[in-house]
Amino acid sequence: MKLSKTKAFKTFAGPAWTENPINMQMLGICSALAVTVQLKPAIVMALAMTFVVSFSNLIISAMRKIIPSNIRIIVELAVIASLVIVTDEFLRAYMYDVSKLLSVFVGLIITNCIILGRAEGFALSNPPHLAFIDGLGNGAGYGSVLIFVALIRELFGSGNIFGFSVVPQAFYDAGYEDMGIMLLAPAAFIIIGLMAWLQKYLTTRDEV
Amino acid sequence: MVDLISLFLNSVFAGNILLAFFLGMCSFVAVSRNLEASIGLGFAVIFVLSITVPLNWFIFHYLLAPGALAWLGLGAYDLSFLKLIVFIAVIAAMVQALEMIIDQFSAALYANLGIFLPLIAVNCAILGGSLFMVERNYTFIESVVYGFGSGVGWMLAIVAMAAARIKLRYADLPRGLEGFAITMIITGLMAMAFMMFSGITM
Repeated sequence: MKLSKTKAFKTFAGPAWTENPINMQMLGICSALAVTVQLKPAIVMALAMTFVVSFSNLIISAMRKIIPSNIRIIVELAVIASLVIVTDEFLRAYMYDVSKLLSVFVGLIITNCIILGRAEGFALSNPPHLAFIDGLGNGAGYGSVLIFVALIRELFGSGNIFGFSVVPQAFYDAGYEDMGIMLLAPAAFIIIGLMAWLQKYLTTRDEV
Repeated sequence: MVDLISLFLNSVFAGNILLAFFLGMCSFVAVSRNLEASIGLGFAVIFVLSITVPLNWFIFHYLLAPGALAWLGLGAYDLSFLKLIVFIAVIAAMVQALEMIIDQFSAALYANLGIFLPLIAVNCAILGGSLFMVERNYTFIESVVYGFGSGVGWMLAIVAMAAARIKLRYADLPRGLEGFAITMIITGLMAMAFMMFSGITM
């Protein structure tokens, strides 16, 4: 059996591309935009998010038979909030400068609709290993959008990638200027909008 | 006083919680399809933000901040790492309580606001408001003004967006651009317009 036919692979690839949480399902945009001015915080945020969503899926899926359904939201929130606190404390301890840049947005992972959405929609009705893979897939889908947006914004906004200058000095001498707008909020909205357009165009082409 | 007015104007316009800090996007995109629902949700957000931000200010400064437990003789403890879980619990409990109170006292208000309250518990703008309040070290009065101001700013953005989307219904958009993509692009343009306010200082 080919790898691409297995259930696990489909569980991973769905949310990573065709059901991308940001571009296709419009979830979790809140935090996606604010951390994409530079690549480094975007990557850290993507990793933090992947960690939280996959482990919250795993834990909730493992407990799915013993959670009473009328208080499930509060149980899910408690699991997610605990994982986010672990992530937040970890970042503060080992990557203090990045955690300063991310400021409140690590905490806001709690209210990220992707996590609660996956817990409700997938983890409660699937076994733990699939739920974990689904979490990884969602993390990858979320992370890829984040990293792509951050790449565009850092490259065109400040001429850097990972803080290293990549635009040759000759360009600046010839009159090229960094686009300040890329570093500001509006550019993030517009880039996500254009990306969602592109992805929707590509994924729906076959059906027309 | 001038400081407070300036903080209010800043949280409504230049530092708009949605357009400058991207908070509350999920419900913004989903609900702005409908103008009446946007107005209802906007009022609910103003209401909840103006209550939870000052409430969380009290909880943070008297229970969680480093040395905050001094009034119990436990000044050595720093519980600020608990703020995430406590804030979200306060917000969820507050929303639940408000829903019950509104249901008791005003059927008309409940019909308009009630359905939006559960949505609000997971709206990032509410938790974000409380976290920014801690991050920026607001005083109590400032936190009241900030909570109210961000609510007003959020409502302004969603109502403007809902109005724009009514016109959009008749637009002939290229395939794939309709829905989410065009909403984000319009939001970007709106954010640009709001940034013009940042030049205004008092």
